[in-house]
Amino acid sequence: MKELLEIKNLHAGVEDKEILKGVDLAIKPGEIHVIMGPNGSGKTTTANAILNNPEYTKTEGSITFNGEDITNESTDEIARKGVFMSFQLPEEIPGVSVTNFLKYAKNKITGKPVKIFEFKKELQKYMEELNMNPKNMERSLNVGFSGGEKKKNEILQMLVLNPKLAILDETDSGLDVDAIKTVSKGIEMFKNEENAVLIITHNTKILHSLKVDYVHIFIDGKIVKTGSQELAKEIEENGYGKYKK
Amino acid sequence: MAKTQLEEINRNIYDIKNKDEYDYKIKKGLTREIVEEISNQKNDPDWMREIRLKALETYNKLEMPTWGPDLSELNMDEIATYVRPKSKLNSSWDDVPDDIKNTFDKLGIPEAEKTSLAGVGAQYDSEVVYHSMKDELLKQGVIYTDMETAVKDYPDLVKEHFMKCVPISDHKFVALHAAVWSGGSFVYVPKGVKLEMPLQSYFRLNSPESGQFEHTLIIVDEGASLHFIEGCSAPKYNKVNLHAGCVELYVRDNAYLRYSTIENWSKNMLNLNTKKAICGKNAEVDWVSGSFGSKISMLYPMSILNGEGAKTEFTGISFAGGGQNLDNGFKAIHNAPNTSSVVNAKSISKNGGKCTYRSLIRINENATGSKSSVSCESLMLDDFSISDTVPTNDIRTDEVEFSHEAKIGKISDKTIFYLMSRGLSEEDAKAMIVRGFAYPISKELPVEYAVEMNNLINLELEGAIG
Repeated sequence: MKELLEIKNLHAGVEDKEILKGVDLAIKPGEIHVIMGPNGSGKTTTANAILNNPEYTKTEGSITFNGEDITNESTDEIARKGVFMSFQLPEEIPGVSVTNFLKYAKNKITGKPVKIFEFKKELQKYMEELNMNPKNMERSLNVGFSGGEKKKNEILQMLVLNPKLAILDETDSGLDVDAIKTVSKGIEMFKNEENAVLIITHNTKILHSLKVDYVHIFIDGKIVKTGSQELAKEIEENGYGKYKK
Repeated sequence: MAKTQLEEINRNIYDIKNKDEYDYKIKKGLTREIVEEISNQKNDPDWMREIRLKALETYNKLEMPTWGPDLSELNMDEIATYVRPKSKLNSSWDDVPDDIKNTFDKLGIPEAEKTSLAGVGAQYDSEVVYHSMKDELLKQGVIYTDMETAVKDYPDLVKEHFMKCVPISDHKFVALHAAVWSGGSFVYVPKGVKLEMPLQSYFRLNSPESGQFEHTLIIVDEGASLHFIEGCSAPKYNKVNLHAGCVELYVRDNAYLRYSTIENWSKNMLNLNTKKAICGKNAEVDWVSGSFGSKISMLYPMSILNGEGAKTEFTGISFAGGGQNLDNGFKAIHNAPNTSSVVNAKSISKNGGKCTYRSLIRINENATGSKSSVSCESLMLDDFSISDTVPTNDIRTDEVEFSHEAKIGKISDKTIFYLMSRGLSEEDAKAMIVRGFAYPISKELPVEYAVEMNNLINLELEGAIG
């Protein structure tokens, strides 16, 4: 099947510091990929590079999404093409309610008017599934939310915006066991044969309840090993020592 | 990001310029002859004519303000202080001439009147062209009319209150106002009468190189309640226009007044407006203010809390774009025990615009047990816009609770990236952040004004991103 996302020989960094030193990655529809690696190995940089965050610069290589070159596309355009990223530290937007924000974003992503009644019902359904307090719908986006509430809110956004590729950047970090289960449940609800998920994580807890197709180990800005779910178990037991130079 | 970009913003409805047609336009300048001629044109009674001439003398004696924005471009020799539109005062929109009526139609005034207002006044240049109020209010003894009619029909009420809350010697532009005032609204709400729907007066200045000097006088008698809305706008011309209105509010014991303003003057306007309220025992005056237009604005509504237990709240937002200097704020004078003031002021500046929050909170010796809390927050949309805070707190007794909080912020790149990753363009993202920032203020406005304010924000942010 055709690749949904294809990264070739990507070099990228912040200011003068090169972080990614030649990353190759291909994701097909229907797949769940996991990127693991120690701090500073380039996991988050990869996510930001895909979304073309202007704080990061690309010096070499290309990113193709759904057959289109998106290497230098603007972030909003990439989002509208169907890429979503769940943030490690979601931003707070005072004065904009979760409902209004999502309604607005959904309209921008789909280019179609959002029908209020259906939309609110959909939102309510997802919030119940994610054990979210329905009162949060009318609260300002992420303002005063706990760490766990913010992460769940990212998953809620993923479900509502329904992208083709969801990148989850450490969505599980700092969460308790129950919250991790909820996040996994959200991913399962989202996942189908046409879309794909790229999970960036430090730990393997979230992988226990998900069926993963590929695990990639990042060391020093490169993928040094790709394997099956078994690879995650190996890392859980032995750490990255074996793969570090 | 060129400053000229701002000039090209389509202010659509606000910029409709009607032909400078008038019934009478006084020659430019400010002399005794001109003031006398305005008085003749308006058929003033003698007592009003005397007030005007005395005010002119005071004007000539007073100095220009030595603080705040630079007003040196104001040349009174280039301003026509009285422009009578080609319309008499009407009580039916059908009788208002088409071009004037169309302007108010586009501003949504007759429509709002049908759905959500208890009465409407509409001023075009120097005179009120439309005034109407629901019959049931008339039966309850409510008076809502233009100031000229009030001078003739209720001389005692006007004499007792006109330029008494705001003394003529207050500052130079108050004196100017008193000398050349024209138009405005007069409201009297009798004891115990509570209006459920607001009254609204809208002020439109169409004539170039002219001034608008409307006078608003509102008396809310004991235990009565009123929400008054004032709106203003003008199309943009290349030369300076001047607005020096005056608002005097009397809120008697146990009465309530909410005074909402949406100001969208064009960016050639000098807005030197004066507003004051006097509150009796347990009375409350709440100000809600959105200030978007004007080249220069100097506006500091004042609440004078003279009665024990009187309260005031000020909720305001200023939005300055390139070339704008909005020097706005609030003053509260606590003059009796157990009075309270709450200030929530916000400002947004972009494209080199300047917003200053200037305030005075004075708690006098006798105002024991009083409370005051001030919060001002500003948001700058780029690195070359300016925001400033100049608070004066004059607390003369120890038995008070007082707090002051000020925050200055910028929109971070991280927030923009977050929103863009959800499909919003950079422009959409900034507009959403600004609307959110303004929300605590816009939610206090009547709903159609809140919508208008959001439209204005969107309008202001178009083309602002280079």
